Amino acid sequence: MSNIQDITKPEHLVYRKTPLLTDNVMHYCPGCTHGVIHKLVGEVIEELDIQDKTIGVSPVGCSVLAYNYLDIDWAQAAHGRAPAVATGISRLHPEKYVFTYQGDGDLASIGCAEIMHACSRGENIVVIFINNAIYGMTGGQMAPTTLLGQVTATTPYGRDPKLNGFPMKITELLAQLDGTCYVTRQSADTPGAVRKAKNAIKKAFQNTRLQKGTSFIEIVGTCNSGWKMTPVDSNTWMRENMFPKYPLGDIKDI
Amino acid sequence: MKGNEVIAEAAIRCGCDGYFGYPITPQSEVMETLMLRKPWEETGMVVLQAESEVAAINMVYGAATCGKKVMTSSSSPGVSLKQEGITYLAGAELPCLVVDVVRGGPGLGTIQPAQSDYFQATKGGGHGDYHLIVLAPASVQEMNDFVDLGFELAFKYRNPAMILSDGVIGQMMEKVELSPFKPRWTDEEIEKISGSWALRGKKNREHHIVTSLELDPYGQEKFNRKLQAKYREIEAKEVRYEEIACEDADYLLIAYGSSARICQKTVDLAREQGIKVGIFRPITLYPFPMEALAKWAGRVKGMLSVEMSAGQMVYDVRLAVNGKVKVEHYGRLGGVIHAPEEVLEGFKSAFGL
Ligand SMILES: Cc1ncc(C[n+]2csc(CCOP(=O)(O)OP(=O)(O)O)c2C)c(N)n1
Ligand code: SF4
Ligand SMILES: [Mg+2]
Repeated sequence: MSNIQDITKPEHLVYRKTPLLTDNVMHYCPGCTHGVIHKLVGEVIEELDIQDKTIGVSPVGCSVLAYNYLDIDWAQAAHGRAPAVATGISRLHPEKYVFTYQGDGDLASIGCAEIMHACSRGENIVVIFINNAIYGMTGGQMAPTTLLGQVTATTPYGRDPKLNGFPMKITELLAQLDGTCYVTRQSADTPGAVRKAKNAIKKAFQNTRLQKGTSFIEIVGTCNSGWKMTPVDSNTWMRENMFPKYPLGDIKDI
Repeated sequence: MKGNEVIAEAAIRCGCDGYFGYPITPQSEVMETLMLRKPWEETGMVVLQAESEVAAINMVYGAATCGKKVMTSSSSPGVSLKQEGITYLAGAELPCLVVDVVRGGPGLGTIQPAQSDYFQATKGGGHGDYHLIVLAPASVQEMNDFVDLGFELAFKYRNPAMILSDGVIGQMMEKVELSPFKPRWTDEEIEKISGSWALRGKKNREHHIVTSLELDPYGQEKFNRKLQAKYREIEAKEVRYEEIACEDADYLLIAYGSSARICQKTVDLAREQGIKVGIFRPITLYPFPMEALAKWAGRVKGMLSVEMSAGQMVYDVRLAVNGKVKVEHYGRLGGVIHAPEEVLEGFKSAFGL
């Protein structure tokens, strides 16, 4: 009944890759959450029509090369310093949409001071925080968000609170600060979750337009390479272990 | 005016777009003066107290990616913290100005003036093969003049510049002729000066990426060679120095910053005793005036590097003269300022006079 010419007519188009994503081949492992979130950020920038006003700050971590994948202006920051770099950009370009994209090691460990104070000052920026409970880039060492008992390259017998301390819920901490206007925790493991995450990212960029302060979006994600699991098992492990510790939903919205 | 206050005033007057700092003695007056002056009302200049020197230099990095004229100031322990950001700025070829009002170390050290951070300032300071353009003011007037000059050189070469001052020059009060007001650059001017790389939002052009990352070692080598070529050009074109009472000199005191001021009195004392001494004052510590100094090697009997440190610049002096003349060092350490008479004694004993 329908042939290929018919199906591929422009009026039958149901999905297209946002032009904000470049054609560069992503270096991410199959199943990694980073790629999905890049796409969402790209779609939001396209839908809000702010490509010419958006500046991203990439971290040190697996997403350091995010600048190769989103077709916007980018600054690459030192490990953990993205919120300070974004502060500098945003203060000098108050009319621009400035966001950081950071992992859990970058944001919650080495960059703890920078994220705290950027949020405390209420810098008019968006922070996208990918919590995969591990240092993906350096080969799967313990992160501040690593769960108790979780095996990593530096907790080969599982994270022991006596030895390694406790997992850190930095997002709840940041919600306490007066400078944050929107703090939420999302995931990207189902189509529904992806849609919700996208809405959160969109709202965050709209907050920048309204000069509301810092919008903070945590994405609980997987690192199947670091976790040494298949992508499907990673999602199951994440739902069973990460979600109870890092419950999804809005924490603050003013 | 005080040296540190002049830095703040000169920044506003030269059209600086932003200052990011963290308090530390003996340079806190820089940010205090700026906050009091409220330049955001006058020129639109941003002034922000950061949570640390690490944050301050990374704010400078961020602001510099926009092609803006931005700066920070600190003193030794704070500048140590800034090294991470400074090497990223050098690696990303970003212009900015860093003011270091040096105090004695190591560690928390003392809040008194010293010149013991010469190595850190002139040899890179952070990791990797890079240099800062380093200017050493010897007066409050030069504190004023070098702010504008520092920005000029930083943008000319897309490289961080540093004013290496010390607690004496920072705290000293002198008469100064302030620079006339220059407006901040307009968007059009920034587009002209830095339009090929600055982050201003992608529109009708390729996206701009400011980064110091290069995963391919051959790519990194190529970039490093480009940096080195830039440094060779800086060494050829930007050397600055001053020669004081050198024409008939039998000996030279080599001194920068506050030590050069102290040495002027030493020269008078020496000449009263019939010893012909002159001063060679490097103004740019990087690029160091190698050739200019080498010319004196065959003409004088000895050189004394006078620094408030255990002897750091003395290595560059020795490199410059390459064994052709005896080079010694004299200096008090740890925040003690040498008196002109002490320098004279040190000079005489170094050369057996
Ligand atoms: C100053 C500094 N310390 C350490 C490193 C090494 N390093 C690179 S990425 C990284 C951790 C990244 O983990 P995370 O932020 O969780 O990102 P992910 O790779 O998991 O997305 C570390 C420790 C570095 N590049 N710089
Ligand atoms: S190591 Fe982990 S975080 Fe990095 S790309 Fe692979 S799956 Fe993603
Ligand atoms: Mg991680």
